[in-house]
Amino acid sequence: MKKEMLTGNAAAAWGVRLAEVDYIPAFPVTPQTEIIETLARWIADGDMASRFVTMDSEHSMITAAGAASATGVRAFTATSSQGLLYGFEMLYAVAGWRVPLVMVNVSRGLSAPITLETDHNDVLAARDSGFLQIHCETCQEVLDSILMAYRLVEDERVLLPIIVNMDGFYLSFTREPVEVPNLERVRNFLPPYQPKHAFFKASQPMAQSVTALGGSLYSYFKYQMHLGSQKALEVYKEVCVEFEKEFGRHYDTIEGYMLDDADYVLVMTNSFSTLGKAAVKRARARGIKAGLLRLRLLRPFPAENIQRALTGKRAVAVIDQNISVGKGGILHSDVASCLCNEKQRPLLFSFIGGLGGKNISPGEFEFIFTELIKAVAGEAVEPSQLLYTEEEWQEMVRLKRIAGKE
Amino acid sequence: MGIERIKSIKDLPPEENVFSGTPACAGCGALLSLRLTLKALGRKIVIVNAAGCFTLLTIYPYTPFANSWLYTAMASAPAGAQGVRDALDILLEKGRLDPEEDLKVVVLTGDGAAYDIGLASTSGAIYRNLDFYYLCYDNEAYGNTGFQRSGATPFGSGTGTTPPGSVRPTGTELPKKDLFEIWRSHKPPYLATISPAYPVDLINKFKKAEQYKGPKLFIALSPCPPGWATDPSYTVKLAKLAVGTGVWALKEAVYGEVSHTIVPKKFKPVEEYLKEQGRFAHLFKPVRQEETLKKMQEMVDDYWKRHQLLL
Ligand code: SF4
Repeated sequence: MKKEMLTGNAAAAWGVRLAEVDYIPAFPVTPQTEIIETLARWIADGDMASRFVTMDSEHSMITAAGAASATGVRAFTATSSQGLLYGFEMLYAVAGWRVPLVMVNVSRGLSAPITLETDHNDVLAARDSGFLQIHCETCQEVLDSILMAYRLVEDERVLLPIIVNMDGFYLSFTREPVEVPNLERVRNFLPPYQPKHAFFKASQPMAQSVTALGGSLYSYFKYQMHLGSQKALEVYKEVCVEFEKEFGRHYDTIEGYMLDDADYVLVMTNSFSTLGKAAVKRARARGIKAGLLRLRLLRPFPAENIQRALTGKRAVAVIDQNISVGKGGILHSDVASCLCNEKQRPLLFSFIGGLGGKNISPGEFEFIFTELIKAVAGEAVEPSQLLYTEEEWQEMVRLKRIAGKE
Repeated sequence: MGIERIKSIKDLPPEENVFSGTPACAGCGALLSLRLTLKALGRKIVIVNAAGCFTLLTIYPYTPFANSWLYTAMASAPAGAQGVRDALDILLEKGRLDPEEDLKVVVLTGDGAAYDIGLASTSGAIYRNLDFYYLCYDNEAYGNTGFQRSGATPFGSGTGTTPPGSVRPTGTELPKKDLFEIWRSHKPPYLATISPAYPVDLINKFKKAEQYKGPKLFIALSPCPPGWATDPSYTVKLAKLAVGTGVWALKEAVYGEVSHTIVPKKFKPVEEYLKEQGRFAHLFKPVRQEETLKKMQEMVDDYWKRHQLLL
């Protein structure tokens, strides 16, 4: 095994190369372009024996990737933001085909207004589609998760597509030391794809994705997808054990950081969790019993693990890097729903921050802990707040003046 | 050219590859087009279906097809064909599929997907020189959702979204898009228009197309009894009239070079075709729309004049 300084995008490309993917239909979109460019170069140089085709849109790209999976090859594709939404219709279709497609999404805020930087409204919009979702904090995790993803979704108990998600810019273009496993060991962990469920060949005609008229028939198939996704929790555990055996790195559905004895907990996902962990460390230094829970697997939702991690805590702040307009933080709702019947449930607050790549500063984390402590002391605290500093507000006022709107 | 052509209806391949009992409407011209197409293509095919009437042929747990079938979405059947073809090629190259098990890839679509929502993905697939057959059953409107104007609806037709009214008596005011020419501008190896009323011409076109690798288009003008408001028993006669009046030109293009395969010796007046159909009834009643009828005849004449087949 060798260690290299890789961007998140390059780490993703390595994951795909090591998984010996057969087919990569692609369409460029910032900030994931580096993934497909890297793969295209490897294929052009003969380093990978895959077929690469540039499609006419993400809608076509996801269709081609799903159709290739349905024909019996190991397929991969990647997208981001508007691209994911442009192909959105096909997420539901490919999930319904029950084919093990792996797709990387590099999260980026959605138009309008236009931005290039990260938040999670893109990937979370896909949470009900049937695609499983792994959210990564580090470049190493991106590479590893792609290998785990194929192993997970090609399992006959699962057979659903999956999104491996990372943050645009914060991870896609950040270099970190990444251990690139050697191919022989990857082959031990991830055997070639043997389609038993979906394929096309002359001697066995098969109709896939047929019409299911009548609610009971439709419900049956939809519920089968739900069961497949839930089954993935169990299979995921096995995959983690196997992965650790082969490569020595352990990944759970969730990750606790200084969590065991914590009273005040941040719940986060993706690369901003690193900022959260640093904030927890600083809070501990000030004598606050702080901790962090990072959600890694978002679909299927590891409700039981989250319950176990959070019951008995005094106060929890879910930091959502997304905004469900007219409702608030999306993950806050998910976490709340799995705690609502717990007897020893903590006080639960929602903070929305980091939209469009907006920084979450040490001061803002401090503010969150102060709010949690106030709430536990019985003081009134807003249930949902947007993180936005006085400084940022002043800057906004100045810009509005320039635009002639003030 | 060494291709064996059939000469009469007696030479049609006897094998049926789409079975009876489908939920298509009685007298569906599109189903007849499909039936003949599948006689030509045989069973070693996989159909990639776009949304349309024929998505409803396969209803769990039944399929009327003797071959494989995949539904993608309305906008992206050609992209689905790309994924299937590429995957089959990969499997063949890597020795994971016996060449005997290989399949021809066929996109099956109505005019709504072909002329409108699926045009971008179709253009992409032709541009990439995908080796596939593309059958568009053209009933000149969105038939599966009732009968609304599509890019294939001809000038003067009434539809659910272009109803003839007192202010707009014509119905559809835009002319039909020329899908054949849109495809031809991409320079694929083989293009053809076909008709379910001319099975010999249809079969021979598929036989000819077979020798070319790359995109192969077949547009079948397909009478649709409920949409066109005609009697189901009248479908073949109407399809013949479309050709006999010059409304539907039977032609092919090999690498862009156009030739007409059936040209009426004497063109019948377009009116003969129009007056049989409910979708054009407003052109005759309560008042004859002389201007519109004249324009429709001129549009047809212009086409044949341009090709120097009407002097
Ligand atoms: S609506 Fe028209 S095209 Fe569709 S099945 Fe009925 S007759 Fe055929």
